Amino acid sequence: MEGLLHQVLSGLATGSIYASMALALVMIYQATHHLNFAQGEMAMASTYLAWSLIAAGLPYWLAFVLTVGLSFVAGVAIERIVLRPLANAPVLALVIVFIGLLVIFNSVAGWIFTYTIKTFPSPFPPEPLFGGLISSHELGAMGVTLGMLALLYLFFRYTRLGLAMRAAAQNPVSSRLCGVRVGWMLALGWGMAAAIGAVAGMMIAPIVFLDPNMMAGVLLYAFAAALVGGIDNPVGAVVGGFIVGVLENVAGAYLIGTELKLTLALVVIVGVLVVKPSGLFGRVLVSRV
Amino acid sequence: MSALLEVAELRAFYGARPVLHGLSFAVPEGGIATLLGANGAGKTTTLRALCRMLRVEGEVRFDGQRIDGRSTEDIVRLGIAHVPDGRGTFVDLTVEENLRVGAITRRDKGIAGDFERVYGYFPRIKERRRQQAGTLSGGEQQMLAIARALMLQPRLLLLDEPSFGLAPLLVEEIFRIMRQINRQERVAILLVEQNASLALELADEAYLIETGRLVLAGKAAEIAKAESVRRSYLGY
Amino acid sequence: MANATITRVQPTAAIATSWRALAILLLLAAATALPFGLSGYQTFQITLALAYAIALLGLNMLTGFSGQISLGHGAFYALGAYATAILMDRFDWPYWATLPVAGVVCLIAGFLFGLPALRLEGLYLALATLALAVATPQLLKSKLLEEWTGGVQGISILKPDPPDFLPISADQWLYLFTLAVTALMFLIGWNILRGRVGRALRAIREHPLAAEAMGVNIALYKSLIFGVSAMFTGIAGALGAISVQFVAPDSFDVFLSIRLLVGLVVGGLGSISGALWGALFIEYVPNIADQISKAAPWAIYGIFMIGFMYAMPTGVAGGLRLLAGRLRRWRGSTE
Repeated sequence: MEGLLHQVLSGLATGSIYASMALALVMIYQATHHLNFAQGEMAMASTYLAWSLIAAGLPYWLAFVLTVGLSFVAGVAIERIVLRPLANAPVLALVIVFIGLLVIFNSVAGWIFTYTIKTFPSPFPPEPLFGGLISSHELGAMGVTLGMLALLYLFFRYTRLGLAMRAAAQNPVSSRLCGVRVGWMLALGWGMAAAIGAVAGMMIAPIVFLDPNMMAGVLLYAFAAALVGGIDNPVGAVVGGFIVGVLENVAGAYLIGTELKLTLALVVIVGVLVVKPSGLFGRVLVSRV
Repeated sequence: MSALLEVAELRAFYGARPVLHGLSFAVPEGGIATLLGANGAGKTTTLRALCRMLRVEGEVRFDGQRIDGRSTEDIVRLGIAHVPDGRGTFVDLTVEENLRVGAITRRDKGIAGDFERVYGYFPRIKERRRQQAGTLSGGEQQMLAIARALMLQPRLLLLDEPSFGLAPLLVEEIFRIMRQINRQERVAILLVEQNASLALELADEAYLIETGRLVLAGKAAEIAKAESVRRSYLGY
Repeated sequence: MANATITRVQPTAAIATSWRALAILLLLAAATALPFGLSGYQTFQITLALAYAIALLGLNMLTGFSGQISLGHGAFYALGAYATAILMDRFDWPYWATLPVAGVVCLIAGFLFGLPALRLEGLYLALATLALAVATPQLLKSKLLEEWTGGVQGISILKPDPPDFLPISADQWLYLFTLAVTALMFLIGWNILRGRVGRALRAIREHPLAAEAMGVNIALYKSLIFGVSAMFTGIAGALGAISVQFVAPDSFDVFLSIRLLVGLVVGGLGSISGALWGALFIEYVPNIADQISKAAPWAIYGIFMIGFMYAMPTGVAGGLRLLAGRLRRWRGSTE
């Protein structure tokens, strides 16, 4: 029984990271109807940035804050410079651009930092807690991501800018007619997604170790989580993240073994898309004739 | 009364295709003007053109300043509120949040008070202030859309087919409220309507558009009596 | 005497087609002679490029012609490669007999994957196929399939010998064999795309609802084309495996699928000849770029992908067509 509890708790911890990444994906999807395939690599790049800052001597939390800030700026820049000109391009063109970004981030990271695996420090003490049920990093990661999610919730619910961003994502035409600068709202959304990815990357790196390909599996699980929750529903994304995290751990420990985890993600993704594309909380999509 | 909105030789294009061919009209300060015409005549396009939602040529002056080169967001900030056809409600936001979006460009302190003022005109939506806007009926959503526009504290209200899809009694109520708003807030209104008789009752000035061209212009009362209008648009 | 207008008579379609056929024959002849001037390694490279061309033709049928985005065709390449390797290594099949099997296996697999994929539009299909690509290496390494796939170590196979009566090297023979298969596959592909099927695919790509209303059986076409495109890519994988003489899970990772996508974009979506250009690009760029750094080829791929979307969305093939069009107009105006 203790083993199961440990798996569930571990699953919740990684689930919180999937939840963050899924939230970033859903934010961009809601605003632009695009899936940011490069989200994982962007998070990886941010994590390498943090690593460099720490290696250069900065204290952890300072590096953390700087990384989040710089990632935000980078996200805004990518939206304004790379994506804005292609705003009305066909889906295939944008998919190709996202994959192109994925590949560039991956290769540049590999070039600058090489492909050797690095360790990434955790800001939390190394002793396990509660008699080994959960490590303090896992608990800390959960705390950080939940804290971040709470801040985001408050931001979107109670601030003027958050409301403007929500309005712009839901109904850009009406938003423009109320004076909202929709283009900038999109850019901010991208910045925030990049920042969220940075936090997720920095929280998971101590667990999976830092290398240019570390986020591929995480991204896949994040997509699975977003689909499970409903691709256009932020709350669903978070719930989906926790579900998928626990599912991955429990299934990995008791059903299929750790070596088929990515196949599990594939099955979840295809399964949700075929059986219930709107996920648990999303809206059913109807295409207009 | 001098004209708040002066439009001269307005041309508009969807891509390369011209859809408006040189409209000229005006809305008096604090007055009500109406654009009439059949389906597809270009009435909705005219309102969109004023807000620069498509490519335009010609002169549009608001309060003496030219606005035809500005972006939609800037035009809105000058005090022009557009209630689009189909209401454009933010269906996933609450009623109150919809209103807040209407005021989102304002920096003054009067916003909180404006909620009450707006609810005063539309008590029905006040009851539903915390409900999701998508759950409101068509009529209530129309009221919400107008209320949202009012939150901007606009000087000019552009209304696109407010009667569309609504029961006659409800339409009369809304038109009555619009007259109230026009008198009390001194907001000028440019009304696009298919329901010609109601529109002509409300408006001071009227313009008739056919396929992107102005074919008749004048005082609403006189237009209402014109033979051609009576036959084609008023049904008698 | 009235001024007579001299109109330039355009060559009739028949003459244009026979020019085209002549050009292709000349190209084939040159290609056949090619390996005799190259080293063994260079021959190997161009053999691989031909295999990629078949894979790209398959991917193009799906993505370029019928607008369904696949980011996971590497999985079918892997399936074909492993089919060949297993047949050759475990069952001692001759290399040439494995190709049809690889093709059929991938045809079925592609069709089966295409069935649920019917319901998925653009983005979601891209996601599902991306998931397939990412999961493939892990699946190949897993204990479940280890007995067949050889796990992490993979399977080695022997290079086929040329027939006794031909005094050429094994590399050269393999090249000629691959060239023959490539020519055959391109002929089949051209036939499929040119007729009713091609028109139906274009209709599905441009406006699926209208196509359906006009009687095109969308469901059938979509899964069939998935199967056919998988078949092409699977045969390419089989040829690739024979050339490389080795299959291992990590060579079939997501980056293989992305490489195919790059080839598609650079060569030209919706163009048959584009498959050749794209194949040359993805085969030779790493050679040149590797000298800068290990990571450079991918950075170049990424930049080209994005750049082509901005500047040359129709790829090299489209660019050439535009150029040819301009040349024709220029010649027409100066006569």
